[in-house]
Amino acid sequence: MRQLCKGNVAVIQGALLAGCQAYYGYPITPASEIAEAAAFYLPQVGGVFLQAESEVAAINMVYGAASAGQRVMTASSGPGISLMQEGLSYLAGAELPCVVVDVVRGGPGLGNIAPEQSDYFALVKGGGHGNYRNLVLAPASVQEMADLTMLAFELADRYRNPAVLLTDGFIGQMMEPLELRARITPPPEKPWAVRGTAATRKNLITSIHLEPDALEAHIRKLEAKYREAQQREPRHELYLAEDAEVLLVGYGIVSRVLRSAAEQAREQGLRVGLFRPITLWPFPAQALREAARDVRAVLVVEMSTGQMVEDVRLALREQVPVHFYSRVGGNVPLVEEVNAKMFELVETAVH
Amino acid sequence: MAEYEVVHSKSPVFYPVYERKADLQHQTHYCPGCGHGVVHKLIAETIADLDLQDRTIFVSPVGCSVFAYYYFDVGNVQAAHGRASAVATALKRACPESIVIAYQGDGDLAAIGTAEIVHAANRGEPITVFFINNAIYGMTGGQMAPTTLVGQTTTTTPWGRRPENEGFPLRVCELLATLEAPVYIERVALSDNKNIMKARKAIRKALELQRDGAGFSLVEILSPCPTIWKMTPTEARDWVAEHMIRNFPLGVFRDRKVKMPESSRPPRRTVAEVLGLADAPAEAETPATRSADAREWKIKIAGFGGQGVLLLGQILAEMGMREGKEVSWLPSYGPEMRSGSAHCHVCLSSKRIGSPLIEHPNVLVAMNEISLRKFAPSVVPGGMILYNRRTVPADVEIPNVRVFAIPASELADQLGAAKVGNIVMLGALLELTGALSSATAETVLQGTVKNSDLLALDLQALHAGRDYVRQLPLEAR
Repeated sequence: MRQLCKGNVAVIQGALLAGCQAYYGYPITPASEIAEAAAFYLPQVGGVFLQAESEVAAINMVYGAASAGQRVMTASSGPGISLMQEGLSYLAGAELPCVVVDVVRGGPGLGNIAPEQSDYFALVKGGGHGNYRNLVLAPASVQEMADLTMLAFELADRYRNPAVLLTDGFIGQMMEPLELRARITPPPEKPWAVRGTAATRKNLITSIHLEPDALEAHIRKLEAKYREAQQREPRHELYLAEDAEVLLVGYGIVSRVLRSAAEQAREQGLRVGLFRPITLWPFPAQALREAARDVRAVLVVEMSTGQMVEDVRLALREQVPVHFYSRVGGNVPLVEEVNAKMFELVETAVH
Repeated sequence: MAEYEVVHSKSPVFYPVYERKADLQHQTHYCPGCGHGVVHKLIAETIADLDLQDRTIFVSPVGCSVFAYYYFDVGNVQAAHGRASAVATALKRACPESIVIAYQGDGDLAAIGTAEIVHAANRGEPITVFFINNAIYGMTGGQMAPTTLVGQTTTTTPWGRRPENEGFPLRVCELLATLEAPVYIERVALSDNKNIMKARKAIRKALELQRDGAGFSLVEILSPCPTIWKMTPTEARDWVAEHMIRNFPLGVFRDRKVKMPESSRPPRRTVAEVLGLADAPAEAETPATRSADAREWKIKIAGFGGQGVLLLGQILAEMGMREGKEVSWLPSYGPEMRSGSAHCHVCLSSKRIGSPLIEHPNVLVAMNEISLRKFAPSVVPGGMILYNRRTVPADVEIPNVRVFAIPASELADQLGAAKVGNIVMLGALLELTGALSSATAETVLQGTVKNSDLLALDLQALHAGRDYVRQLPLEAR
């Protein structure tokens, strides 16, 4: 059944289908509809919803619920995510699965409430202290807000690690048709959880390893998990890329603009394709190298001053020139701006 | 020969050997004379007495008791500094049958975790908090605690705690006793055997209350820290008696039943039911009216907040979806909505939609003059503008764009409700564009407007918009 749904609400609908049992959060624009939807739905299905006293408390409640083996999530936007970074480090360190959604708004500081992509470094590269990674997914539609939330729960449990949906104010606030599959996933068994039962009495959830050798062994274990995720989990989408001379790279709302830009450029005779990372960590570097093999130029577009572009450059090295275009502060790159930039690149490359 | 026998026994709630500890696995890491050892023993013996070992989850904080899980043979969760009561909150909610203990020191609970303890207590979380107050930061080497006494020397108050700089010692029991929800709050001290026996009773009472599902309980334990205080164990016990108790009076601050007022609970349903999937057809439904219109519509709707600008967009998107089109609806959001102006973008297409953000609409609905002047120049050649007035200002002239003056608010007023101006505009838009069918509009309105009077009004408004366009002279269309 197709229903017209807001991106933020779709997150919770997907979460319910993924068997989410608890939501702990704190309101913030433009993410609040996620908490509101959780408050509406979860108590009806026997789940927990609690509006915490702060994002700091919320992420630690997520830690508590995850310790008990629940499928649990929270959502926020930049300023709140900054407050949750401590908790994310502990969750990763204690190998606790959870889902965190960042509906990114303009920063730094209070910035504004319009969409940006400036939290890429904060979540893809870490943000909290220590050697850990978040698994990061970047939805580009309302449908993906639900689908990737479901995937995030699966990945979080598979790797016993936080999984993050990195989205933005526009994807969160927009409405599109959403089709839900009536397949409800039961949460997996978690024999390591602490549940106040005889069977789980010997279990311990902790991130502290006082002896250097013990901590090193723990970090190596996490590292091996992350390496496995890098092998198995990169996801991306290609559009009009087979014969492209110019390859556009963008995620989330920007990928939607780039899709229109590619179509329009082709109408004007320039063969343009799109590479859209769906996982930002692990970054689909191998697929990007293949997609960029025969192109003359790569143009990365972001709503940040240049964050993902570093991963693109790392993936492509000297293979092909990588250019960058951005709008920030809540402005979204326009199709005509992107096209102007592309034609400029092609001209420069020719002359 | 003595008349008594010395028996060294250990509670079964302690591990026989502390295998999680790297070395010296037969003893704790606590210093001689430290209060933690005593409190651990009292807690472990109480858990055993009450037969709660399998059910207990012990949340260790950051501080000297960070390694409490070396010793307690119960479920263990280690928490971030200050967050034990937040972690405990979620553990208890996940496992209501468990006995959740948050064990926190003065820095953890009364400094960095002040918000978490106040709110856990205020929600009446049915957990038990054991609050160890030794007026100093022990683990990190003797810095000031929020409970450090006035004049007390620490490494960060080298001239003694000065209230004019650091404020006064925080009295946690007194603070929490102002709240409605807690059922039991008591302060005890490890100053002598008599008080230690009182501490044992308080710990037992708190855990019994949790076992019985009573509510939030907290026991503050004034506790010696001989090493950091630079005293012998006996001097430290005396210091608790002479100095700490004077500043932190012992006693019961709260002991009462708290009955939560009746409140409405949501009905219990399945996920499929709440998401409306339970009775959904297995096959994707075919749209009632599949639109034959292959044109791409990029519609921008703008006006004042309260004119139903966002709703009009949503209705169009919903209609498009029902007619089998790809659709997107993108609003302006946040304070912009509250400060008076609002707009939204609606795309209707037969193909997957790229950017939902419309730079150049082919239809602009301007519900006020500001919006007309602001967005009219962005309309594509060949596009159209619907303006909410009888006449268009003479100086607004867009080449190759047809501008229609549709007095939607005025027509709505005549129907008796200015708020249906957006629906009048919808009727006009459908008539002028032919993008979607009027029948679909009626179906969508019937589905969304539950009040029958309002629905009748909406349908009238829809027809009024259509009829107004139909009576326009042909050259004006």
